[in-house]
Amino acid sequence: MTATDTAGTDPLQAGFDATIGHGDRIEPRDWMPEGYRRTLVRQVAQHAHSEIIGMQPEGSWIGRAPSLRRKAILLAKVQDEAGHGLYLYSACETLGVSRGELTEKLISGAQKYSSIFNYPTLTYADVGTIGWLVDGAAICNQVPLCRTSFGPYGRAMIRICKEESFHQRQGYELLMTMMRGTDEQRAMVQESVNRFWWPALMMFGPPDDESPNSAQSMAWGIKRNSNDDLRQRFVDMSVPQAQALGVTFPDPELRWNPERGHHDFGQPDWDEFMQVVKGNGPCNTQRIAHRRKAHEDGAWVREAATAYAAKQAAMATAGGAA
Amino acid sequence: MSAEQGPSQAVPGSGTGGVRAEWPLYEVFVRGKRGLNHVHVGSLHAADDDMALRHARDVYTRRNEGVSIWVVQSKDIAASSPDEKDPMFAPSNDKVYRHPTFYEIPDNVPHM
Repeated sequence: MTATDTAGTDPLQAGFDATIGHGDRIEPRDWMPEGYRRTLVRQVAQHAHSEIIGMQPEGSWIGRAPSLRRKAILLAKVQDEAGHGLYLYSACETLGVSRGELTEKLISGAQKYSSIFNYPTLTYADVGTIGWLVDGAAICNQVPLCRTSFGPYGRAMIRICKEESFHQRQGYELLMTMMRGTDEQRAMVQESVNRFWWPALMMFGPPDDESPNSAQSMAWGIKRNSNDDLRQRFVDMSVPQAQALGVTFPDPELRWNPERGHHDFGQPDWDEFMQVVKGNGPCNTQRIAHRRKAHEDGAWVREAATAYAAKQAAMATAGGAA
Repeated sequence: MSAEQGPSQAVPGSGTGGVRAEWPLYEVFVRGKRGLNHVHVGSLHAADDDMALRHARDVYTRRNEGVSIWVVQSKDIAASSPDEKDPMFAPSNDKVYRHPTFYEIPDNVPHM
């Protein structure tokens, strides 16, 4: 189904199509096709879950950060990821799904999150590489989403993009500092970049001709650029940054193509990507188990706060009546 | 503008506090700086008003985005429905004389 094929017959559909056609935003109380709502719920939920699960790889280095300065930065960054998850859950709830339902679908595996977070953070350099490459790729994906057709999603993306810039810069600065250090530190940075380069390229999703939902999402204005276009933009941005840093990317096919005005580059291992998406990545089980445990361990806090609120409300009522 | 969500189904103290028992939904409004209106920035769940303010501070103002926060339970917000859009907002379109550009003033009249 396209955004326009029922226009003219149904005034609600026609109104929706006209709003999209004008480049205006759809707001939560507007009528929207069920497919549009379903697609958005899937995408925004997946995005929110990615922010929440994304706290884990870097969070594991908070207790081992090499200085108080680095620890404070990392704490602030991981707290931002939690905030980003909450902005997005808030946007997703405007589509009529409850927070509880979203949490349940994450910890039951019914909804996905970005496959990048199923890779482990083996060295401290990974904290820097994630900031530089993983958050850099996220920025490429997210900046166009600030203009996505669903208002609350776009507004959440604007808030997130403002904060992502800090994430990327702190990562790059961390790597620069390590590159000024010892040979071992430089080798650690290069090894980390080697591990994360291909998974970072996978963050843009499968190639356009194998991305079944892309065309409809673009017709609806949910998606603004194709997977391959964004991947190209990311590669072109990252190459000079790598040169300035003094590292290389593990791709023998990577080179400037003057005719295209872009870099040529190799394809990630899409079989590996599919395996990770299906749940067979290095850390899938661990990430979900950790999220489930955090949720269950927090149950008593939620219960206590609810009981306290009920008690305060009862006392206020009694006091008012007296 | 606000009341983006429908009323939340709070189930205080129900069950085990598992994923199904949700705190009420609050809408958050932030005054960016003195002299500006409070503007809707999003929503959050909290057990009560105090917690909603505390969470709003952590979620929506980590970088000096505001000098004042309002929170209100989403269920307490009355909003115009999309169906009422025309009768609700049509008068402002009818009454173009409410806008300064309705009046033609010669270019040689300063400061107007």
